[in-house]
Amino acid sequence: MDILLAIAIMALGAVVLGALLGFASIKFKVEGDPLVEKVEAILPQTQCGQCGFPGCKPYAEAIVNGEEINKCPPGGSEGVQRLADLLGREVKPLDAEEKPKQIAIIDENTCIGCTLCIQSCPVDAIVGAAKQMHTIIAQQCTGCELCLPPCPVECIHMAVIPETIDNWKWKYPVVAMQVVAADKAAAIKEAA
Amino acid sequence: MFAPAPFLLKDVSVSQVMIQVCVALIPGIAAYASLVGPAILVQLVITTVAALVTEALMLKLRGKPLSLFLTDGSVIVTAWLIALTFPPLAPWWLVVTGTVFAVIVAKHLYGGLGQNPFNPAMVAFAVCIVAFPALMSQWPSVGLQLGLIDQMNIILGWAPRVDTLTGATPLDAMKTALKLGDSSFDISTLLANQDIYGNFAGRGWEWVAAGYLLGGLWLWHRKLITWHVPLAFVASLSLISGALWLYNPSQFASPLFHMLSGGAMLGAFFIATDPVSGCTTPRGKLIFGAGAGLLAYIIRVFGGYPDGVAFAILLMNLCAPVIDLLTQPPVFGMKDKA
Amino acid sequence: MLMDLFKFKGGVKPPSNKLQSNHLPIAQAPMPSRLVMPLHQSIGGTPRPIVAAGDHVLKGQMIGEADGWISAAVHAPTSGTVVEVAMHVRPHPSGLDSLCVVIEPDGKDEWIARTPIDHNAAAPADVFHHLQQCGIVGLGGAGFPAHGKLTPTKGVPMDELIINGAECEPFITCDDLLMRERADEVVRGIAVFRDLLQPKKVLIGIEDNKPEAIAAMRAAVDALNEPFSVVAVPTLYPAGGAKQLIRVLTGKEVPGSMRSTADMGVQVFNVGTAYSAWRAIAHGEPLISRILTVTGNVHAPRNYEVLIGTPMGELLALAQPHPDTDGILMGGPMMGFLIPNPQVPVVKTTNCLIAHDDRLFPPKAPEMPCIRCGACARACPHELQPFEMYWFSRAKNFGKTQEYNIFDCIECGCCSYVCPSRIPLVQYFRFAKSEIWAREREKNASDQAKARFEFKQLREEREKADKAEKLAKAAAAQAAKKAAEAAAAAAESGADAAVATAAPEMDAKRAAIEAAMARAKAQREAVQPKNTEHLAPDQQKAADEIEARRVAAHLIEDRVSSEKATAAPTAQLDPKS
Repeated sequence: MDILLAIAIMALGAVVLGALLGFASIKFKVEGDPLVEKVEAILPQTQCGQCGFPGCKPYAEAIVNGEEINKCPPGGSEGVQRLADLLGREVKPLDAEEKPKQIAIIDENTCIGCTLCIQSCPVDAIVGAAKQMHTIIAQQCTGCELCLPPCPVECIHMAVIPETIDNWKWKYPVVAMQVVAADKAAAIKEAA
Repeated sequence: MFAPAPFLLKDVSVSQVMIQVCVALIPGIAAYASLVGPAILVQLVITTVAALVTEALMLKLRGKPLSLFLTDGSVIVTAWLIALTFPPLAPWWLVVTGTVFAVIVAKHLYGGLGQNPFNPAMVAFAVCIVAFPALMSQWPSVGLQLGLIDQMNIILGWAPRVDTLTGATPLDAMKTALKLGDSSFDISTLLANQDIYGNFAGRGWEWVAAGYLLGGLWLWHRKLITWHVPLAFVASLSLISGALWLYNPSQFASPLFHMLSGGAMLGAFFIATDPVSGCTTPRGKLIFGAGAGLLAYIIRVFGGYPDGVAFAILLMNLCAPVIDLLTQPPVFGMKDKA
Repeated sequence: MLMDLFKFKGGVKPPSNKLQSNHLPIAQAPMPSRLVMPLHQSIGGTPRPIVAAGDHVLKGQMIGEADGWISAAVHAPTSGTVVEVAMHVRPHPSGLDSLCVVIEPDGKDEWIARTPIDHNAAAPADVFHHLQQCGIVGLGGAGFPAHGKLTPTKGVPMDELIINGAECEPFITCDDLLMRERADEVVRGIAVFRDLLQPKKVLIGIEDNKPEAIAAMRAAVDALNEPFSVVAVPTLYPAGGAKQLIRVLTGKEVPGSMRSTADMGVQVFNVGTAYSAWRAIAHGEPLISRILTVTGNVHAPRNYEVLIGTPMGELLALAQPHPDTDGILMGGPMMGFLIPNPQVPVVKTTNCLIAHDDRLFPPKAPEMPCIRCGACARACPHELQPFEMYWFSRAKNFGKTQEYNIFDCIECGCCSYVCPSRIPLVQYFRFAKSEIWAREREKNASDQAKARFEFKQLREEREKADKAEKLAKAAAAQAAKKAAEAAAAAAESGADAAVATAAPEMDAKRAAIEAAMARAKAQREAVQPKNTEHLAPDQQKAADEIEARRVAAHLIEDRVSSEKATAAPTAQLDPKS
């Protein structure tokens, strides 16, 4: 009799909890995959395709489906770190050389107005018309370098964004000396 | 060019803070020495040397500059607190074990100065009282008059530890009385007979507590501690002891007794106020002090150990981060909105 | 003159070091060899240069024009020739260059025609415009264009106008001397602000370590018969912070998140701002000079009236710095910064130059770990928890620093001042703040890039669809035309054979093609699968329709590929614009 009662209680508990879970799954249903959005929010939206995917969203989807998190050079090692934090994965060194943020610049004297770069720019940051000189809207350029290969006259080059008073940042207090050391190391490397 | 503002700095340093804490301990140490003899001074020397050596070793192992960290004085405060909380005639290896454990495990394994979640001296006390309960409860009888040499011999193990040397502290006496469960028994008469407490005119533990109180008030005056923790500690301890005392004065000791015996004053002014392991927000400090006082009373009266201050503070250390998180004060301009 | 004062929490009392420089009257600094006028001297937009190299300018002539509401014009401090408009280092902790107009004085110091304005007769908008054209900005330190602060917030009554003469930073005495010597014009300037803002009360707050200034201001207020209260406030750094002074004088606490104190019915101006506003209104003089303390490790510290744009090194030389001077500090020792070289010019917000040496400002002892002593929290005038913000800034956990209200920090330096571990707390907070701003910028840029990328994709798809639709329509029209022609031809050939024989060669050719097509059709029908042989008419019709669509699709494909080769799409505008 006791056993039956115990079983009944457990069964009742299971039913109640099951119903609760079922209710919760309907009540708190999440549309879409929020993880993809969170991953995409971390990606730098350069749409450069350096990760091997046609844009940041496809890469975000691939990451959620198990793709490595270290394939985004514009995001840098900090991006890898943030992805690792979000997904609880291991931090891996970036699968490419880390570069400072750059923008593309068109040499307007060489440009022949072929419009090929305009077509290749994923964010419509190049203005111009056929047989007219083109130029890049610096504020909109993500530095994806996708306009470099199509240019038939190689009039586009990448330039590091210069430090100005507007984008200048206060430095990290302790590491200041280490930064100097790193600069020196880089200088030695260059000289060698 | 790397020179951030402000260019003017107040003349303060960690070592200055620590030295002042040591100075504030001196009245209590003096009263203690007059009560139990020079043994306490011997213990202070032993713990200080042991602590400095261990600290130097750990700093070396961790690759930290000795000149900067060995002189910060934090380890000396820890050493002194250990000497003052251990029985004055405890064997040298016991206090050294406690000190080494405090410096290595409680301090450096957690990251050294400023990083320890628990007060190292209290960790040492807790570890030793659990591991060596008998030795840790052998307190010298107050009437005992032994010279420096005799006391040193006992501490260093060159003379036998005989039972007649030790007596009951006030808290031991209270505990024994409570354990007997004799309802006809009056706690105040017992304490009066012991000739170890409550006789302000003569020799007694209350003078040691008074010494700590004096030093603590000086620390407060110097703005090295705030009033929150000691006041909350004293208030909660006297509230609960007072309530039970009023309920049954023969079974429960008076608030004054609780305040002036054991580690209450040392704990309230010197250990619970340790900023590293304690709370930092004003409200958090009040909760921390009150909690420590309450727990100390509960352990003293209902627990298994004669004094509960060490465990009470360790337990509150455990809660400090979450108390801090929940008691963040409102910032300037946001008071009515908070 | 007694009134209830309030207290703010925290604050520190560093040695004031004001006595060195406040015993001598203000002196006129000599004309420098050249003047470098940075165009960006105030909060807000960067004025556009309106002179070019080689131009001759007169004293007070505008050389940079305001580019927006929160922006103020810049003027030539003396007459002379514009040498260049180029990038030069300007006083900023970064030591970076910005656009400057360099003027070589001609020594004549010849004024341009000055136009005063009657602020009682003129409309407020005209007064604001006049102040903006005269380049009047807050001289207390931040350099906010003054006209931008002279409008009360809508719906909030303006209770108090506060004039800040607290001057709480050590060493600085320029406001002290200004109030002592030119109290009359300061009070007249305050009256202008009062007329524009219409506050209920006007409070002039001066720290009680400046009794002469307090006396001079009281005398001036009485002489002009104004109902202003001159209030001595206790000396406690940073009592001269706008929000601290508001708290002390009115008891109001303006939250860090509030952009304008006018939202709480209070407005604060520096005494120097009031003075230069009066000069602009009554004399039409733009802001081209200011009073400046030169002190520190010098032989003769004192205050000078200095032309904006004077190289700091030339000024310091006037005070005869001791030989061991190793740098120039702009601003006070609590919030100032070392300038990168002596050629850096004085700007509108430069209130003090301090010759730096190791005796006055001993090098910082090495940083120790934080012991959570809470001294910083007790010293913080904004009641923050600096040590908590420090842990998170250090760990670069910027989200957490914001939870601890890092943006309420005014960088006054009290926490660093009292820290026994000598941690450069303010430096950590500045680092964290600028990282957060940079991240915000990056986030905005990436959001924008994403929107533009998605729009481009959308546009490309839409263009494709549009084209496909257009081609389908064209193909359908062509097919219908052909079908009609074929039907007509068939009817013709069946009805009138004579016409067919009489038809020209073309028709014969067409007939031959049609015959070939008929043969091919017959052949195809011969190899057709069985199940299509005995179809119901509607089934047959459906099958034909499918066939027609297939043909159309082929056509489309061909046309698209040929078009792609020649197409030259032009850049599209931003979807938002």
